[in-house]
Amino acid sequence: MSIFSKFDALAANRRDLETIGINPFDVQIETIVSPTEGIIQGRHTILAGTNNYLGLTFDPECIAAAQTALRYEGTGTTGSRMANGSYSGHRNLEKELAAFYGKRDSIVFSTGYLANLGMLSTLVGPNDRVLLDADCHASIYDGCRLGRAQTIRFRHNNPDDLAKRLQRLGEQAADTLILIEGVYSMLGDHALLKEIVDVKRQYGGYLLVDEAHSLGVLGQHGGGLAEELGLLDDVDFIVGTFSKSLGGAGGFCVSNHVELDLIRYASRPYVFTASPSPVTIASTRQALRALSAGSDLRKKLHENAVSLHSKLEALGYPLGAEASPVIAVVFDDKIKALQFWNNLLQLGVYVNLMLPPATPNGMFLIRCSVSAAHTSEQIDRIVAAFERLKPTA
Amino acid sequence: MTDYQQIIPVLYTELAAITKATVAIDENTELTGDLKLDSLQMMELLLIIEDHFDISVPVNVLSDVKTIKDFALQIENLIRCE
Repeated sequence: MSIFSKFDALAANRRDLETIGINPFDVQIETIVSPTEGIIQGRHTILAGTNNYLGLTFDPECIAAAQTALRYEGTGTTGSRMANGSYSGHRNLEKELAAFYGKRDSIVFSTGYLANLGMLSTLVGPNDRVLLDADCHASIYDGCRLGRAQTIRFRHNNPDDLAKRLQRLGEQAADTLILIEGVYSMLGDHALLKEIVDVKRQYGGYLLVDEAHSLGVLGQHGGGLAEELGLLDDVDFIVGTFSKSLGGAGGFCVSNHVELDLIRYASRPYVFTASPSPVTIASTRQALRALSAGSDLRKKLHENAVSLHSKLEALGYPLGAEASPVIAVVFDDKIKALQFWNNLLQLGVYVNLMLPPATPNGMFLIRCSVSAAHTSEQIDRIVAAFERLKPTA
Repeated sequence: MTDYQQIIPVLYTELAAITKATVAIDENTELTGDLKLDSLQMMELLLIIEDHFDISVPVNVLSDVKTIKDFALQIENLIRCE
């Protein structure tokens, strides 16, 4: 058997896509025009599937900070944080993130994926137990797998199921790491954080919340769901990414645990990766400053989210969750979802097509993500495209 | 104490439901090979078995499970450790 035999099923799936002439996983944005518009297949297209929640990728002050860093610090660090790749900007960003969350310290990783991989592969090992929400992101599963922790799933957003499993663990529950997300990426639903914190208080354990899709979106200062619910003190570790609301690339973990700093020395995804470029660090620091200072961006984001959600709901589309910047339209058939996705693109609207096994419960999703940078007119054009493609009863 | 011989019929019943009983099964039937269970069906099976026997099955053990017999032995072991 060839080493390539394992790809036979993937190859067959790709042939199927080629047969129907649609490949949603090979989209090229020929020219990026703004946070919400690009040219795809020669056509001006509204981008409504980028997770660019605050639209900061073209923010003049972020660009200026990046340009200064590029000029004075160069294109890359060429090294790991543990060697020559820690500049003052990296450490300053860590201090600023810790201050933003009111936590003791933080670690910056090169991507959001690496933040989960780096934290989880190190924090829990073969003799440790993890209880994770079944709908957690692949980076969380992969981190647990790399650390070889005993990994037990609990039913999505089900505090009773979590409690049942903690109870089964007996005395070991107090040393178990509970893993959830603030906002789940596929459907945009919020974690039942208060109820999960109550379970944690009853049985013990540690809690890590991935705020990748809630940073910049929820909370008085944009910190995420834990901040919004006033539960930051109950969360042991907050993981997040720079590649969504902050418009860059990279990831982080903040915590009050003094041991966090030791993780740097033991985390292979941290030690054996080149650090983020000075450009990335500078633009992220500026974006975080903008977030900390407060603005009307989150208000505009929520207005856009509610507007698109209510209009799609009024059109009769089945939606995955309550109004949030992630709005998923649920389809019951893969081919229908593929064709719908392609038709939207032909009408000048780019969204994400999400297929199993990446989706919960084997759903086929047309996933929109809304930005504060979308204009009312762009939202209306997105709605008009959905209206035009509305299946007839 | 639930033993292997009690676990096997439960697995047969649940697998018949998941696969809609289109394939004949025995202890040596492979879950992904013969029954072609995908990752979602494997997770569905896991949740059903967990509820039935009131245990938590770490996803790690699935890497050692190829046949129905392998799975039943893992479940038996987990019940013994509870």
